[in-house]
Amino acid sequence: MASRGATVGPAVRSAGLSVLVLAVLCAVWEAYKWIGERAEIRWPFPVNERTMPHVHDMVGQLFEPSRRNGPLLIDVLLDAAAFTAKEAAVGFVLGASVGFLIAVALSQSRLLQRGFLPYIVASQTVPILAIAPMVVVGLGSKGVTGWVAVAILAAYLTFFPVAINTLRGLQSADPRALELMHSYAASRWTILWRLRVPASLPYVFSALKISATASIVGAIIGEAPSSIQEGLGGAIVNFNQYYSLEPRNLWATNIVAAALGITFFLVVAGAERVVVRRAPENVA
Amino acid sequence: MSAPPAAVSLAGVGKTFGKGAVRALEDIDLAIAPGEFVSLIGPSGCGKSTLLRIVGDLIQPSVGDVIVNGKPAHRARLDHDYGIVFQSAVLYDWRTVTKNISLPLELLGWSRGRRNERVREMVELVELSGFESHHPWQLSGGMQQRVSIARALSFDPALLLMDEPFGALDEMTRERLNMELLRIWERSGSTIVFVTHSIPEAVFLSTRVVVMSPRPGRIAGIVEVDLPQPRGAETREQPRFFELVTEVRERLAGSGAATAPTEPALVTEERV
Amino acid sequence: MSTVVQPVPRSFGRTIGRRFRDWLPALVVFVLVLVAWQGLVEVFNIRQFLLPKPTAILGALRDNRSDLWSAGIVTFKEALGGFAMGSTAAILVALVLARWRRVGGAIMPYAIAANAVPIIAFAPITNNWFGLLNPMSKMVIAAVLCFFPVFVNTLRGLTSVEPASIELMRSYAAGEIETFRRVRIPNALPFIFTGLKVASVLAMIGAVVGEYFGGPLDALGVVIQNNVALFDFPLAWAGIIVASAFGIAFYAAVAVAEHFLTGWQPAADSRSD
Repeated sequence: MASRGATVGPAVRSAGLSVLVLAVLCAVWEAYKWIGERAEIRWPFPVNERTMPHVHDMVGQLFEPSRRNGPLLIDVLLDAAAFTAKEAAVGFVLGASVGFLIAVALSQSRLLQRGFLPYIVASQTVPILAIAPMVVVGLGSKGVTGWVAVAILAAYLTFFPVAINTLRGLQSADPRALELMHSYAASRWTILWRLRVPASLPYVFSALKISATASIVGAIIGEAPSSIQEGLGGAIVNFNQYYSLEPRNLWATNIVAAALGITFFLVVAGAERVVVRRAPENVA
Repeated sequence: MSAPPAAVSLAGVGKTFGKGAVRALEDIDLAIAPGEFVSLIGPSGCGKSTLLRIVGDLIQPSVGDVIVNGKPAHRARLDHDYGIVFQSAVLYDWRTVTKNISLPLELLGWSRGRRNERVREMVELVELSGFESHHPWQLSGGMQQRVSIARALSFDPALLLMDEPFGALDEMTRERLNMELLRIWERSGSTIVFVTHSIPEAVFLSTRVVVMSPRPGRIAGIVEVDLPQPRGAETREQPRFFELVTEVRERLAGSGAATAPTEPALVTEERV
Repeated sequence: MSTVVQPVPRSFGRTIGRRFRDWLPALVVFVLVLVAWQGLVEVFNIRQFLLPKPTAILGALRDNRSDLWSAGIVTFKEALGGFAMGSTAAILVALVLARWRRVGGAIMPYAIAANAVPIIAFAPITNNWFGLLNPMSKMVIAAVLCFFPVFVNTLRGLTSVEPASIELMRSYAAGEIETFRRVRIPNALPFIFTGLKVASVLAMIGAVVGEYFGGPLDALGVVIQNNVALFDFPLAWAGIIVASAFGIAFYAAVAVAEHFLTGWQPAADSRSD
């Protein structure tokens, strides 16, 4: 009995803690709203039903019909989330693969690193999402479907953390292990697959966790301007136009978007646990 | 005839970690007179570093009394009665040699002028002139440890606690620093408690060697080192040095079986 | 005594020479890509839709430099405000959680999970809070984006102190405040700067993309978007280059501050090689 309690304990406790943290956040929100409405707080923004709807109203909105006699909002949003998740997942896989391959290529030559690394880093400062419509229309003119174009945008945001961290990971192999490999007269290829890639895995996964979020951001923001209505980005643009009439719809959509981001993150974190069977390292 | 107040006095000190699961130290009784140089030696797991930290009030004993400079260890720590040197130099990367040495003086609120004066003396004492504005990463391991010793001595503590300070250094550097430490000890007249696992080092440096046995850590015996002072390179070649090294070694070898702490009186008897 | 690692005194000329050699491959790549790009567009007569000719973009940049510059400044102010707010809050929260480690350890997983929320998607909401034209609406988005990298790195820096360093401070009977001032905070500085450098880039991106859901007409994100709508792609790309340049400059400024404030470390070029 006691031993079973000990194994179940941590999971139950962490779940309990999660609920507690969520409850505290909601309580802070409601408390600020309550005080703000009574004290008529105007700064930094006026507190009222429009700017800060009740938590239960936002969640409750999910279970209201999205339009008269239409399906529930949550059904509409879950469909949208699935669509966005598809774009993000394709972008994630594409971006992560490209990032990994770039890192492997760069790890083979100092000269290549010197030539390309600065631009890979600089690519991060390009607000690609600001020209999302251009990319979607441009790729569309080449016969690329809208959602694939959005996936490519998501891939652009995804590749960088993977490329940089993988490169660092590939170079993190223990010099003595490298000497050992050389003493076996191992080929470059063998060293790469037997030593460098396994050594890089913890780094790769810490990047994939960042990329998981980035791919969702890319998908949502990429959809918005591209007249792609099926995803969460489309829903955000749509509900944003009616915010003054019905703010709860936008909030509910953002709750779903947040949940989608966290889900992606947790999936990758779970995969990390399965693949990286070592002590988690502090690699950022 | 009343004995002079001990620099360190341990009575019935014991330490258990966890919920009584690991007995690190048991029944430690030891008195160290002012000006003594006492080494604690023993195999790993005998609790010698734990004992040093108990003297420094960095770890609280589970039972027993610890008196340092005639006051409880806690009070002694608050009064800055001791300096400590660890196995690694524990220098702050962001401070130069000078600033590392003056760290405790800053905490004690010394004026800038007085600090600079003292740091200059200390740099000379540990022979680091010319390296005052270097950062730790620019120094060799031996030099880093000398900075650490200078830092520990900078505020003139009556007691110096050293936890395997030369353990990570190569043999040549170690012997040189041993000589320097003896010179510093003679000049400052402070009491030194020195943890080591090197038998020759313990014999060469100490006036007394406390041999400890593991699991739980106890005092297995005490060897009085009657080598003449001042000691130098030739000390290591004296027959008496080898006799004492052998004696400590045998005591260490026998300590694994020892169940009860040996009386210091017995040690004197055996040595004759 | 064993060898001493002396900092190698380097003549100014040699430094420049070395810098040049380091950057030469990057320069070659830059020129080759531009030439290839221009050539491909001209030879194959590609419709200048997605990628206009580099010369066209440069021309747009030159003709509109004062407008683009002032738009860049408007957006950069939003980024800077968000960066300042987010980073300050992150460092303060990290200090509090480093003091009360137990709470910090419990909150950390939630902070990391919260970081997985697509924050830019909340831009419409901050627009509604503060008003489209109020720079605060973008600052808050930039601030939230900056918060996490700075927070996580700062907390790691404050808590990754060698235990003996803390013992040393205890042996001096130093209090919690002294220990933070003399050990934890200096130890955290390089970590904090790692976070700040990431945040500087995120702040600029956050501001530009935040403007995408609406903002003042003279802001860079709006300028880019309007030119996309007008099919003036060279000008839109010129705007992107300006945004990117502001991001790089911001990053570089933080890196320079890092150099001065953490100058005790081995020089960066001797570390990375």
